[in-house]
Amino acid sequence: MTPSTESGSPPIINERTIVCQINGRTVTQPVQPLTSLLELLRDRLGLRGTKSACNEGECGACTVLVDYVAVNACLFLAVNAHGSNILTIEGMLQPGGGLDEVQRALVEHGAVQCGFCTSGMAMRIRALVNEQGAHPADPASGMRVLPSRADIQKQLEGNLCRCTGYIKIVDAVEALLQKKYGNPA
Amino acid sequence: MKKQLDIIGKGIPKQDAGLRASGRAVYGQDIVLPGMLYGAILRTEYPSAAFSLDLTDALTLPGVACIITADDVDVNRISYKRDHPVLKQGEVCCIRDEIAAVAAETREIAEEAVRRIKVRYEIRKPCCDPFDALQEDAPTINRFAGGKFSHKNIAETFHYAHGDLEAERARSKIVLSRRFSLPRMTHACLGPSSITADCDIVSRKLTLYSSTQVPFLYQRDMAHALKMPPSDIRIIQPIIGGGFGSKLDMYPFEVICALLSMRTGRPVQIVYSRKEEFIASPTRQPMIIDLTAGVDAEGKFTFREVDIVKDNGAYTSWGATTPFVIMQAFSSLYKVRACRFDAKAVYTNNVFAGSFRGYGNPQATFALERMIDLLAAAIGMDQAEIRRINANEPGEITGQGLHYETCGHGECLDVVIRQSERVRNTANGGASRLQGRYRSGVGFASMLHVGGGAKIYRSDGCGTTVRIDPYGHCTIITGSTEIGQGSETVLAMIASEELGIAPDRISVINSDTDVKPWDVGVHASRTSFVAGNSLLGAIAILRKKLESKARQLLQCGDAELAFRNGLIETEDGAAHVALDKVVREMHFGEPNELAVANFFYEPPSQFQDTGFKGNVSGSYAFAAQAIEVEVDCCTGNVKVKNVWVAQDVGKVLNQMLLEGQIHGGVLQGIGYALYEELLMDGGYIINPNFHNYKLPTASDVPPIHFHPVETYDRHGPYGAKGVGEAPLIPTAAAIANAVSNALGVEISSLPVTPEKVLRALEEKNHKMHLA
Ligand code: FES
Ligand code: FES
Repeated sequence: MTPSTESGSPPIINERTIVCQINGRTVTQPVQPLTSLLELLRDRLGLRGTKSACNEGECGACTVLVDYVAVNACLFLAVNAHGSNILTIEGMLQPGGGLDEVQRALVEHGAVQCGFCTSGMAMRIRALVNEQGAHPADPASGMRVLPSRADIQKQLEGNLCRCTGYIKIVDAVEALLQKKYGNPA
Repeated sequence: MKKQLDIIGKGIPKQDAGLRASGRAVYGQDIVLPGMLYGAILRTEYPSAAFSLDLTDALTLPGVACIITADDVDVNRISYKRDHPVLKQGEVCCIRDEIAAVAAETREIAEEAVRRIKVRYEIRKPCCDPFDALQEDAPTINRFAGGKFSHKNIAETFHYAHGDLEAERARSKIVLSRRFSLPRMTHACLGPSSITADCDIVSRKLTLYSSTQVPFLYQRDMAHALKMPPSDIRIIQPIIGGGFGSKLDMYPFEVICALLSMRTGRPVQIVYSRKEEFIASPTRQPMIIDLTAGVDAEGKFTFREVDIVKDNGAYTSWGATTPFVIMQAFSSLYKVRACRFDAKAVYTNNVFAGSFRGYGNPQATFALERMIDLLAAAIGMDQAEIRRINANEPGEITGQGLHYETCGHGECLDVVIRQSERVRNTANGGASRLQGRYRSGVGFASMLHVGGGAKIYRSDGCGTTVRIDPYGHCTIITGSTEIGQGSETVLAMIASEELGIAPDRISVINSDTDVKPWDVGVHASRTSFVAGNSLLGAIAILRKKLESKARQLLQCGDAELAFRNGLIETEDGAAHVALDKVVREMHFGEPNELAVANFFYEPPSQFQDTGFKGNVSGSYAFAAQAIEVEVDCCTGNVKVKNVWVAQDVGKVLNQMLLEGQIHGGVLQGIGYALYEELLMDGGYIINPNFHNYKLPTASDVPPIHFHPVETYDRHGPYGAKGVGEAPLIPTAAAIANAVSNALGVEISSLPVTPEKVLRALEEKNHKMHLA
């Protein structure tokens, strides 16, 4: 006979306590081996800005950054987050509550319609912009090579949006990269 | 003289875009109420079967609060034909069918309880082809159908005609007949369907946090289903993660959630998994269209004869009424002297289809525009030319009685023909040049859609309350609903334009049926038109009140006043008073009244008669698209290279939001044309996930060149017409025409998959060898 716990969840095997940084705060949580990072964020920690749209790694709505890398939180096991540094959409807001530059670019370019994809999209773009920042400019010429429009489109392929047709999202990314890392004309 | 506009027409981001981008917006799946339970639904495993249930195992699971089946509840059937039981009793008719539901302390327990319910099925052979269902000896698929029609499996029929068909047939130089078939496409809204029901156990009143796009019709339908007074039901609309027509009907899961809450006296939430979303939410209507059409020696369209069989699925939704729109395309898009149209929706054991952006129009436009290319080829006329000489014109009253007071059809065609000309001249495809691996082609298509609502319900109206508080902040309480399209922002812009209040000092309240005035709902691209006019009506009343107080304060007799920058001032700006001061003086001095006004707007449209004739909309929207494709003849892949869009929008209200609607619509059209089909086999859905149901991604987006055509319709707010559905409607047709143009093959079904392309090429080569 399988023992059932009070909550009716499956028996506790190998429950493990993880410690990680989420949006700059230290979080200590017991997790089951199969708990996803998405469940941990949304259901346990109440961080519901990260969306769940497929729960099978196909849409990108749940994208968060784990140690600066964009991952689908629905497929990422919470136990693997132990010791890592996690950023979610809630952590993107500026200390005073203002929007981060990525969020602002999306808003200003009309790239938000229903907004359900926007959290994940913003996180993916955050990773893309960070990565661009990590490439140093060519020391000889002082020039940087920015990704082409097609490159940006390719990088956003894993994030589905049903409303916008992506064009304004790509516009926002292009403009932000240009503003931050563009070569003076 | 047109008034100088300060705000209208500008590209202003959506009012709540920042909230949505911040992650703080609360969607249905984010709602948590104290003591909330989680609901889960048991659906059938077989599309057609008799069944019996054993709940014992499930009921003993700790954490289960209640389980309901058809035997436990006293409810009415739903859908506009009342042919859809909320919980199925003893027999199931499609793979979506709900047979039991659980409410439990956690989602996991609810799902586990569903797994523990034992069902004994007596499997029957499903009838999945509408033509089989029309056979004499076919089984009765829906036993609540009512038997109003000539065959027991017919759910709905439509007949329309104008002109002298036989005379026009005789006058035709060319007559062609073709069969077109259109697939099941699904909305795939990124936000999964959800509802949270909260029954107050003391008053028995019900609050529903529901993503419906028609809250007042929904309230009435819910009351009918639950056998309770509509006013005891309050609908609160959380932010919606995409609509596109999918939230026009009320579905069983919503009534089930209400029942679970009423049963347990606790809030209950149901959120679909993605698989459930694919299986259990409605689709675009799949259909077979038989079209015969003629053209005379000058290339003028003579007649169209249309017979449509639509796969209705097992139950009827609003989607069964799409022929209202479909027949408009056949009767009135391009001038045509005669038309006969018959459509029937046929019950099958497939999942039922619903309404989807375009409401039947993309299907109709596909068939019609493909046929126009064939007719052009048959009489040796250019594809652009034949469209241009048959285009609709301003002032035209069509055979169906649609009155085009303004009409930008010709201009839309001119624009896309001109813009695509260079590419068209260099496209290397076509019947005569069949060399090389990559072949390109250009295709055209137009569309006609209602642009000023559609009078299909007793009222097509919308109510508005507008008020200004003593600090000069304006609140618009509108009956209309925001589903991501940006209607709130457009309303705030209108109020800003008319009252001189900055947009960030205007808020829009639109999500609570206990607060907002009546409106028929979001459909038929009507929101900006109807809600915009309603708001303008309310503002006119409010301005009168404010002006009379301001005149008193300014002691300016009956001078003309202007509302600018938070002031009311004389036209010359010589004397002015702050708007908030005027409001305070109204409150605290004579006549001691609020700065508030109500208005109900009913568009100047008519009901159609029993023959479907009449001017059903306040205005009509037109568009034309030209699309360039490149086809890889080795793989069969079609790449869309350029899309030119010209659309008669009446007047641009917000350039940025308009472009957003165009881009999003065109990409959905590309999905419909090339990738998207919910595949059914023997009543089962075989691709219920994003991996096998391919949505267009960021890499699939071609350059979209958009040119708005402004025709200033006198009925629209500032001349504007509805825009939301139009951009999707001609896209698939234009792509199919482009592929056909590139390869010299016939394309008569969607999606145009690589397999279809290769097969068409093979057939063509085969024919050439024989010749
Ligand atoms: S919810 Fe994680 S990828 Fe879709
Ligand atoms: S804005 Fe709706 S899914 Fe992207």
